[in-house]
Amino acid sequence: MEHKYEKEYGCLILRMPAELDHHQSEFFKEEADQLLLKYPVRSLIFDFMDTCFMDSSGIGVIIGRCKNVRFSGGYVKAVHLNEQINRIFQLSGLKKIIEVE
Amino acid sequence: MEYLRNEMKMEFLALSANEGFARVAVGAFVAGLNPTVDELADLKTAVSEAVTNCIIHGYEQQEGKIWLSCCIEGRQVEITVADTGKGIKDIEQAREPLFTTKPELERSGMGFAFMEAFMDEVEVVSEPRKGTSVMMRKTIGEG
Repeated sequence: MEHKYEKEYGCLILRMPAELDHHQSEFFKEEADQLLLKYPVRSLIFDFMDTCFMDSSGIGVIIGRCKNVRFSGGYVKAVHLNEQINRIFQLSGLKKIIEVE
Repeated sequence: MEYLRNEMKMEFLALSANEGFARVAVGAFVAGLNPTVDELADLKTAVSEAVTNCIIHGYEQQEGKIWLSCCIEGRQVEITVADTGKGIKDIEQAREPLFTTKPELERSGMGFAFMEAFMDEVEVVSEPRKGTSVMMRKTIGEG
């Protein structure tokens, strides 16, 4: 399975999988890290357009990727969150460390 | 609505691919209670957290079996997720938000916190080397 992504003007947009649980996180992590290695971008956008479910496994994955980008002074954002994912972001405190649109 | 009592039990291998199966199965089983979208998401997230814990912590991603049962009594849903894995040494510490024994796997330590946030009640019984059982209750339709 290959994740969709877009790259423009030093920004990488990662299309998140349909269900970001422990199972899907493992595939996503690997692909995201390969992309970040290939394209050392300054900003990273997590696009949840296709995602209908996320649990605590997703939090670790997002924080991990953020650390990599922020280390080099980058900028991270999450977009198109549904109600369930928005609540997960709120409860976990992710909203305090990542801009949500 | 007439008083409803229903029960189901399932047993499956501790594979990450079964995390989605487990939460969808519970979602389908409780459909008769007409849960709201939020209530359904709460139940599915809690099940996903409990099953993931069995796989990552109980069996440390080795072979094992998971038992899940779901009981409906009126408007109350009771879900039990059990494994015969390594057990939890300190349950109180395990339940603390952000506590994790596996930071190297990028675990957030929010599993139990989410179960507690999304369910009305969470009880954990565990014995080292014997296994862990998590029982969660939630009343559907309370608004």
